[in-house]
Amino acid sequence: MIYAVVVGALLVSLSLLLVRALLGPTVFDRALAGNAIGTLAMLLLAIFQFVSGRPEFVDLALVYGVLNIVGTIAVQKFFRYGDLGEPGVGDEEHRL
Amino acid sequence: MSQVIDILSALLMSAGGVFCVIGAVGVLRMPGFYTRMHAASVIDTLGASLIILGLLLQSGFSLASAKLVILWLLIFFCSPTASHSLANAAHQRGIKPWQPDQGASSSSKN
Amino acid sequence: MQRFHSISVVISLFVFWLVLSGYFTPFLVTVGLAVSVLVVWFAHRMDVIDQEGHPLQLRGGVVHYWPWLIVEIVKSAWTVSRLIVHPRLPISPTLLRVKMSQRTPVGQVMYANSITLTPGTISVAIEGDEIVVHALTQAGADDLVGGEMDRRVSACEGRA
Repeated sequence: MIYAVVVGALLVSLSLLLVRALLGPTVFDRALAGNAIGTLAMLLLAIFQFVSGRPEFVDLALVYGVLNIVGTIAVQKFFRYGDLGEPGVGDEEHRL
Repeated sequence: MSQVIDILSALLMSAGGVFCVIGAVGVLRMPGFYTRMHAASVIDTLGASLIILGLLLQSGFSLASAKLVILWLLIFFCSPTASHSLANAAHQRGIKPWQPDQGASSSSKN
Repeated sequence: MQRFHSISVVISLFVFWLVLSGYFTPFLVTVGLAVSVLVVWFAHRMDVIDQEGHPLQLRGGVVHYWPWLIVEIVKSAWTVSRLIVHPRLPISPTLLRVKMSQRTPVGQVMYANSITLTPGTISVAIEGDEIVVHALTQAGADDLVGGEMDRRVSACEGRA
């Protein structure tokens, strides 16, 4: 019962964030909304473990979290440098 | 005793859900990119922590609760990193912070 | 010191393996131990085992610092939530520069991440020994300029 309430609240906030991701206006707003949606998806997976009684789902939540941060950093790097292979500021001495 | 724990965890999880909704409303309502970021960090910190705390009370002392603690640490270490990298990228690309006076004159300039 | 540090990394990795696996048969425990030792050996050859990747020297400091940080996060998250549901949205965003007094990169990262983790303030960039911070309200900016968080992070760093 309580799980239904919490999942409902999370779904409401997820759809609000989806509206922000659709509205934009800059690409960073969309990436921010995507990052927050990823956090909510982790929480939903962690709750689903208790709803379904299958403890594997918290592992899925962990993997989702790791993928979420890698995705966010890839998006920011691409829109900052225009290239994922760019080593970044301050890394010049590591360039081959 | 288990009833008390159930009620406590229900309270914690509903509070977390409320904070998640508040954060999402803030992301939708705030003007400008950097101010939206502050609203999103409410979801990442208080909303996520309260929900995971409620789930921890439900699961008791088991392997699942250890994994939930790892999940909580992951959120706590990674969400500021992601936020900072996004803010830094926006700063590098020259996105200006929203100012109250400029918002009054032209609302489309956020 | 270096050897002690490597052993501590092996133990952390092994505990992580055990928690994620959840099976305690002799074969899997042995494989987990072997994998932890191999990973640390590879990392040692790559010269990436240092005070940054596994900041063991902070173990005494974080015990004192994290409870204060969590209370601070809850307080400022409550403030930001009140601002969001306020019908007129009374925000006064400011961009300011904050001096940091930490000496090591680990301490500087801790301070910048603490600023970002607290709702209402975000560290945007690091320039020299200053952090460019975006604050949602003037009050939050004033709290940061007051420097209590800076002092506490430095104390946590210096307790090593």
